[in-house]
Amino acid sequence: MEYLNRLLLKGNEAVVYGALLAGCDAFYGYPITPASEVAHSSAALFPKLNRTFLQAESEISAINMVIGASAAGKRVMTGSSGLGISLKQEAVSYLAAFELPAVIVDIMRGGPGLGNISPEQSDYFQVVKGGGHGAYRCLVFTPESVQEMCDAGYHAFSLCEKYRMPGYILADGVIGQMMESVTLPEPTTYVYDPEWKITNKTNGEANYLTTIYLENDDLERRNHLLQEKYRTVQENEQSAEEFFTEDAELVLVAYGISARIARTAVSRLRQQGWKVGMLRPKMVFPFPERALKKIARSGKTRAFLCIELSPGQMIEDVKLAINCELPVHLAYRLGGNIPSVAEISEKAVAIINAKGGDRA
Amino acid sequence: MTEEHVKFGKSKVFFDTFERRPGPIKKNMHYCPGCGHGILHKLIAEAIEDQGIQDRTVIIAPVGCAVFSYYYYNCGGISVPHGRAPAVGTGLARALPDDFVISYQGDGDLAAIGLNEFLQAANRGESMSVFFVNNSTYGMTGGQMAPTTLPGQKTVTSPCGRQIENDGYPIKVCEMVNTLAAPVYIERVALTSTAKIMQARKAIRKAVANLKERKGFSLVEILSPCPVNLKMNAKTINAFIDEQMSRYFPLGCFRDEPESKVKHYAIRPVHDPESVKKVLFPPKLNIGVASDFKNQSKIFENERRIKIAGFGGQGILSLGIMLATMGKLRNFNVTWLPSYGPEQRGGSANCSVILSRNLIGSPVIDDNCNLLIAMTQVALDKFMHELKPNGVLVYDSSTMRVPTHIADSHPVFGIKALDIALGLGSLKCANSVIMGALSAILIDRYLEGADKMDFDRAFEEAIIDCFNKKPEVIKLNICAFYEGKKAVRF
Ligand SMILES: Cc1ncc(C[n+]2csc(CCOP(=O)(O)OP(=O)(O)O)c2C)c(N)n1
Ligand code: SF4
Ligand SMILES: [Mg+2]
Repeated sequence: MEYLNRLLLKGNEAVVYGALLAGCDAFYGYPITPASEVAHSSAALFPKLNRTFLQAESEISAINMVIGASAAGKRVMTGSSGLGISLKQEAVSYLAAFELPAVIVDIMRGGPGLGNISPEQSDYFQVVKGGGHGAYRCLVFTPESVQEMCDAGYHAFSLCEKYRMPGYILADGVIGQMMESVTLPEPTTYVYDPEWKITNKTNGEANYLTTIYLENDDLERRNHLLQEKYRTVQENEQSAEEFFTEDAELVLVAYGISARIARTAVSRLRQQGWKVGMLRPKMVFPFPERALKKIARSGKTRAFLCIELSPGQMIEDVKLAINCELPVHLAYRLGGNIPSVAEISEKAVAIINAKGGDRA
Repeated sequence: MTEEHVKFGKSKVFFDTFERRPGPIKKNMHYCPGCGHGILHKLIAEAIEDQGIQDRTVIIAPVGCAVFSYYYYNCGGISVPHGRAPAVGTGLARALPDDFVISYQGDGDLAAIGLNEFLQAANRGESMSVFFVNNSTYGMTGGQMAPTTLPGQKTVTSPCGRQIENDGYPIKVCEMVNTLAAPVYIERVALTSTAKIMQARKAIRKAVANLKERKGFSLVEILSPCPVNLKMNAKTINAFIDEQMSRYFPLGCFRDEPESKVKHYAIRPVHDPESVKKVLFPPKLNIGVASDFKNQSKIFENERRIKIAGFGGQGILSLGIMLATMGKLRNFNVTWLPSYGPEQRGGSANCSVILSRNLIGSPVIDDNCNLLIAMTQVALDKFMHELKPNGVLVYDSSTMRVPTHIADSHPVFGIKALDIALGLGSLKCANSVIMGALSAILIDRYLEGADKMDFDRAFEEAIIDCFNKKPEVIKLNICAFYEGKKAVRF
């Protein structure tokens, strides 16, 4: 049979296609706008491949089902939006402590509280900084297109498995709801069967997973091991796209829908002769420190401008990455509003005209 | 269940020595003297051994005094978040159709923080057996009130005794579960005498046998002593359980069905690439163009930005999808962004479609729009300002008057889309009527060379692509398209 591999899909659907092509065995979720199509398409597609789809009774249950499936050595995913992610946090901390891989999709909406269903990027702190208890990190992919949603769904599993840690696909309402044409990757032929799964034995003893360490020294050792792993991830897995950064006086920093707007702003400003560029983190943990540092020390760039649908969350990581060596500005909208290309462009021009503006 | 003799000594399901237990004590369990958990562990171990399923059993440890059950059982083990064992168990049971899942939970864990997870798993008839240790208190955290603490019973958080006015009545878990259809087996037992322990042993064996026979969801509630926190000795606590607890929580079998009303079939995921492709990849239809095909008309040299707006039910979003699909079929990069959410519910609806040969930046259209399709006056008023000076306006003249106050630079076309669609018997095809009109406009004014011939074909292909399996819908939309095309007057 001959197939096409090009489809017009919503971001929320593409991430499910990517996951299924990566061999994801199970999806557990609870409906929430604007992430619902992640559950809808999972419900439609997983059973067709004899894989598990279950609408859980809550996000708490869903993520705990994920723990079960992952402990059993399966590739498993859940998806939600901010409120549901808040509920999942305890179990995400456990996943990190168990060192269990799992993929969590967060299609961010307006907050705090019930907020609204329009796009925001204000889950950055709770997702990137370890929103649950204890010192842990998760891998965080930040797709800016429907193709990248598919690619993230496809690649997240193997990276989570490589480091045995949970990972987020952090997108916003626009990236989740928009449709674009997507080229599907080939179905994986890799057979996932981790030896640590709890149905296996190690030295004749049944495996077990726990997160409790009563002795302080044991728990400290455990934490050191985790931190060591996070440092390795930070060292090896940074990922970013540079767009006209080479000679840029001003570099916009943005991910997700903000990056799409920044991209248009940069293109239009370049046509008018302004030396602007964009650094787009494709992952925000690990944060692309090296790329930012290099730009900051290029001698060409005078300032950065973060574009966020949050009052400034990612900007903290930008400042840390460049050790506040250059001014870092912020343009943002909230409540589901999206900054216009014109707004961003004006702000960029103002900063360039002010020779980079004040140091942050 | 054949063997009925009691085994002495340690079950082989336990480790010989408890090396997983930190500190110097490796022979004994960590439970207090007189604690029910130890006896219960033993009974469960024996039942697993009797059924010969040790190698395929996973025991979920709760948060509570039994959090360390993996010190003792040489079975798959996982110590999960407080109250969530049945949810973790669901993930395990669904993933492991050949293995056996036991959830071991205290009363705080199961009936307070985890009541929802527990009831829902019971209600789904998950393939698992739950051993529910009702010791009427929170043992691990130092004897606080539990959902099963009796009225008047003193704990550190009910120092004057549990007060119904403040704390409500204790929860009768077996009785509650007995209202659900799915569970196969529900029994409450105690550990206060040899006879009762023998009955408990029987119940536990039954629940483990049910696992092996894949019968579904079993629950055994065990009234269990926590002498330390109840500040009693072995004798007085047994009297407390027999005389007070058992009165509120009567012992006995509530249900023992031959099979569950809910049947879960073993799920064996399909991974072979050919089957995966068959489900996920679209079949090759006889549509589309070669991968190096390029429309030649000048208008396609730049990004084309289209806004479609009206109210829900007019096919606004699908009109956008048709355009995006046409673009996709002609090798353009496309974006389609809907207004989503409450607006959809009966209110206004709009979508933005961008076609480009290059990477598309923002999918949001708030300026530089090349084409506005307005299906209501409100939509027109709201989005007219986004249109470029030479941008084209197409509006539905069956619902709107000829727009005034519109700059002369805008080419404006009215089409009676709703009327024509109604005439064809379905409001739903108003969007295809618009597409027909658009075809006439574009061919007359904007398309060049072979593109003039290609537009209608691209539309038909898009309709086939969108409605692949619905020939009636395809026919209706194509018919509407040509009606729309006919109706445009220049
Ligand atoms: C989310 C969360 N809340 C509270 C606790 C503290 N905690 C640990 S055990 C426990 C109560 C356990 O009581 P029960 O389930 O009756 O088990 P028992 O120790 O009596 O066997 C509590 C509240 C916790 N570990 N996690
Ligand atoms: S506190 Fe109570 S339940 Fe916990 S081990 Fe001691 S006696 Fe057993
Ligand atoms: Mg208890």
